[in-house]
Amino acid sequence: MIKVVDLHKKFGKNQVLNNLNLIIEGGGIFAVLGPNGSGKTTLIKSILGMVRMDKGKIEVLDQAVKTNWKYRKEINYLPQIANFPGNLRVGELIRMIVDLRQKPDNSEELIDAFQIRPFLDKKLATLSGGTKQKVNIVLAFMFDSPLLILDEPTTGLDPAALIQLKKCIQTEKEKGKTILVTSHILQFVEEVAEGIIYLLEGKIYFKGSIEELKKQTGQTNFEHAIVAIATQKDHA
Amino acid sequence: MLKILKYSFYDLMRSRWSYVYFVFYLLLGFVLLFLNNDVSKAVITLMNLIIVLVPLIATIFGVMYYYNSKEFTELLLAQPIKRTSIFLGQYLGVAGSLSLSLILGLGIPFFLYGLLRSNAIWDFSLLLVTGTFLTLIFAALAFNIALSNDNKIKGFGYAVLLWLFLAVIYDGLFLMSLIVFEEYPLDNFSLVATMLNPVDLSRTLILLKLDISALLGYTGAVFKKFFGTNFGFILSVFVLILWTIIPIWRLLLKSRRKDF
Repeated sequence: MIKVVDLHKKFGKNQVLNNLNLIIEGGGIFAVLGPNGSGKTTLIKSILGMVRMDKGKIEVLDQAVKTNWKYRKEINYLPQIANFPGNLRVGELIRMIVDLRQKPDNSEELIDAFQIRPFLDKKLATLSGGTKQKVNIVLAFMFDSPLLILDEPTTGLDPAALIQLKKCIQTEKEKGKTILVTSHILQFVEEVAEGIIYLLEGKIYFKGSIEELKKQTGQTNFEHAIVAIATQKDHA
Repeated sequence: MLKILKYSFYDLMRSRWSYVYFVFYLLLGFVLLFLNNDVSKAVITLMNLIIVLVPLIATIFGVMYYYNSKEFTELLLAQPIKRTSIFLGQYLGVAGSLSLSLILGLGIPFFLYGLLRSNAIWDFSLLLVTGTFLTLIFAALAFNIALSNDNKIKGFGYAVLLWLFLAVIYDGLFLMSLIVFEEYPLDNFSLVATMLNPVDLSRTLILLKLDISALLGYTGAVFKKFFGTNFGFILSVFVLILWTIIPIWRLLLKSRRKDF
């Protein structure tokens, strides 16, 4: 599904991704973890073609990212910070994205599930952070695409919305989708993710299941295992 | 691209600024006609204003729109849309709505005054055409500056400087060089120097069309000989088109290489 070979990316003098290699086969939920500034968002944006790679190659569904843009039809993306044009209304934004993508959508269901119907006529600039994130989630889940990329989906959500989000992720998984998710809420990761991809200093430092991670670090607790793997390198 | 254009245009049409700009031209047109009581004279006054004002507004508006729609751009970049379409669509949205404000804002008062019955119609049309060209050129330059500078303050600064240079400083330098080198034949130099600045080029084009080149003395005669011919006119329009295409081309090139 996703194939990243020898990916390098520098921002100024800051080498963010350094010879990163990653292969993700289809199906399942993968959590991309790592400390702040380890390159999670850069990796995701490289896959989406928003960040231009310095060196390397990325293929999504056997299409090269560098020269192509049509592969983005098969990706639903939830950006980390819900920045929307402030003078649009929520309903207009949803209709606009539907119009741009020309795909069947199930926005109506999601609008009810996340209870944003009362906000449809409100301008996006007037919404609270959590409500904006709900709109963000509706936009990311309303199309039927084989690949979903969720960058910090839990930010600002209330418990009811969080439960809805988990439900949505499970439904998508049952349909056989591939879901990439980043989060710092480890409880959430442990609950939804099957595979862990741990980024450190611009490289994949660990890739495997949660069980494997626990075994490798000798920890029984997921949270401790994550901390252990980050410090393991220093001991080695 | 057409969809992006549609949404950018729609977005701008709903913003207050397009109307302020439109109403400004509307009032300007009516006031000038009222004061001059003559279409031809109003066109000359209008030219002096348009030559300076249109580039300024296109520059400021272009930079402002780019920075303000950053979120919109980022949202679009994750969608299955070609990058060049996104930027070209946004640019055409801005330049199109500004041109429309200009054409309608000035066109309506002149039309009501009886433009169609006067013989100034060609002069007036040329004024609108050069105004539209200046909008396209300066909006493209502004987008270039904004795309190259992530810092808003810097971007605004450069944009205003660019306008100041082309609309004011360039003329000063031009005049100074004419005085310094007055002992040399400067016909070709002044022709080339005029061609290189879209503001000067537009001004000369309109002045010569208005047949007041006698006011310009000997230089005017040289200019008349050059620009007055079909060749000169076509060359001028060609240079204006180049001034439009080159910034757009660089805009697309630059947008393809940028990280978001």
